[in-house]
Amino acid sequence: MEFDFAEEQPKFLMLMYGLIAFVAVVGGLLLLLDVVPAWFARRREAQLVAASTGGAPLPRRRKPREGLFALFFLLPTLLLLTIGLVVPALRTVLLSFMDAGSDEWVGLRNYSWMFSEDSIVRVLLNTLIWVLLVPLVATTFGLLYAVMVDKARFESIAKSLIFLPMAISFVGASIIWKFVYAYRSEDQDQIGLLNQIVVTLGGEPRQWLLDSPLNTFLLIVIMVWIQAGFAMVVLAAAIKAIPGDIVEAARLDGVTPWQMFWQITMPSIRPALIVVVVTLSIATLKVFDIVRTATNGNYDTSVIANEMYNQAFRYGEAGQGSALAVFLFILVIPIVIYQIRNLRQQREG
Amino acid sequence: MTTATPTVGAGAQAAGKPTTTAGRVRNRLNSRTATLVSLVIALLWTIPTFGLFVSSFRPEADIKSTGWWTFFTDPQFTLENYQDVLFGSSSSSGQLASYFINSLAITIPSVLFPLAFASLAAYALAWINFRGRDWLYIAIFAMQIVPLQMALVPLLKFFSTGVTVAGVQVMPAWDLVDEQKFAQVWFAHTCFALPFAVFLLHNFVSQLPRDLMEAARVDGATHPKIFRTIVLPLITPALAAFAIFQFLWVWNDLLVALIFAGGGNETAPLTVRLAEMAGTRGNEWQRLTAGAFVSIVVPLVVFLSLQRFFVRGLLAGSVKG
Repeated sequence: MEFDFAEEQPKFLMLMYGLIAFVAVVGGLLLLLDVVPAWFARRREAQLVAASTGGAPLPRRRKPREGLFALFFLLPTLLLLTIGLVVPALRTVLLSFMDAGSDEWVGLRNYSWMFSEDSIVRVLLNTLIWVLLVPLVATTFGLLYAVMVDKARFESIAKSLIFLPMAISFVGASIIWKFVYAYRSEDQDQIGLLNQIVVTLGGEPRQWLLDSPLNTFLLIVIMVWIQAGFAMVVLAAAIKAIPGDIVEAARLDGVTPWQMFWQITMPSIRPALIVVVVTLSIATLKVFDIVRTATNGNYDTSVIANEMYNQAFRYGEAGQGSALAVFLFILVIPIVIYQIRNLRQQREG
Repeated sequence: MTTATPTVGAGAQAAGKPTTTAGRVRNRLNSRTATLVSLVIALLWTIPTFGLFVSSFRPEADIKSTGWWTFFTDPQFTLENYQDVLFGSSSSSGQLASYFINSLAITIPSVLFPLAFASLAAYALAWINFRGRDWLYIAIFAMQIVPLQMALVPLLKFFSTGVTVAGVQVMPAWDLVDEQKFAQVWFAHTCFALPFAVFLLHNFVSQLPRDLMEAARVDGATHPKIFRTIVLPLITPALAAFAIFQFLWVWNDLLVALIFAGGGNETAPLTVRLAEMAGTRGNEWQRLTAGAFVSIVVPLVVFLSLQRFFVRGLLAGSVKG
């Protein structure tokens, strides 16, 4: 069968319903917010008029109802967050103490399974490697590049090229790199860039993605390739924001570039640096698409997010999947606390 | 929350004037090496994408037998891969045109809903006084970091079996079929996007001048009126920044779509189809290369044309000082 446009029509219809729903909900909410206060204002006016003509005592002026307004403004967000995030997260915690079908309580069995099953320990270990390496390498590269490009010409072009992978989906990036890692046997021409380089240098072509533990590092390369641009852009902006007179003063004092970097640049961009590392750590903990697309978690490359998906949605092990999700959450709790402390300090300061 | 707005280049230009001749020469050399090295790295960074791009235009036999770099010595050009992967008739060919439409149908509402809801919430959190406001904001802020994996299993159950409290059906199951499943994906994406959206927009909304707001209040404007006529026009750049973020995130998402849209060509987006093809037809490079580019091209155009807003949003969202 050829591509048939008519078959796609229900989708457009559905999209239209979605857009109509959007207009109805948002428009309705704004209208409600406009009409109701106006109605109250008119009623009060009428009361005032009636009171002044009839000589009755003036009705007591009520306090403006800020709280009510706030409730309406916040209603959709709070409702959706409750249904879509808070309640499910609490239920996941409960599910993690139940069996595969969520019928019986099993206590901590899912958690002890997690740390006793060899394949899962391997998964945890892989996640640890990811979370140590990706932020470190991506941030270091981003920082060095940001410092270097700051002095260079064609700055914006160079930055754009590094930043570009940010727009590519993890799935697309994984396909791009799978092609780089592609393998052909020795007697054939290589089609993968990496094997071609190895062969040109006199080595033997390898099936890169099948080799544990090397394959995990090759997948990490993909993530670094995507995220380094993010680190670079944020850090470059922070470097540009260092006040010129500080740099000038240091230069007059005759500091070397090395001292300049460690004593002026690094302390000045410390907040941005922390933000980059935190953001990258969280993104890396949750990495799923790359592993799934490149190896589907085979050959000892699986990570928590991927294993969680497999357990919960492919093997029907809701309990074990939930336990993995909860473990993921426990790993980010320190970051949450740190961020909240930061936020409160800023609000008070 | 302060938003760092970098004063572009102020430092670099003021400092870049050494007084001695030797210093000037060294500086020029420095900047020349820096230019060279950074351009070389930028080009290296682009090579993997470029290789895929070149390959997608080569005939099947060539892709499978020789490296893409031979294209420059023996150029063979064809559009057949794209024709095949987009509109091909056999089930193995990809049929990406259909999935492309799914991606669009998923993405557009998933951007609009959180955008509208979050801007309302951000305004309330910044400019309406009510008790517990700070705590509420901190709670929403903290939710940004909760992995969405925490919500997947129960949320799917919510869609498929509804809500029962103590044996009483409080909410029926959604029971959606085929393209109706888009609604599930919109819902999930909207929920997961809200914490970040509120945070990002709140950063901008709370920076608006207090005098402006007070003047409007004195003139008798109500909150809805201030929101519509003053706040919305002023935060357009922030709205654009978030819209781009969310667009890229939803278009490129695999996990949420995989779980809530299913795998069929009625609802699954490009990413799901491509991941599947990479798994089951990992050696069909003529289709994978072209398919990957079909999925990349839209975000790439959006990104390149609106990069300015994107970077600004990124900085406001992350550089807190």
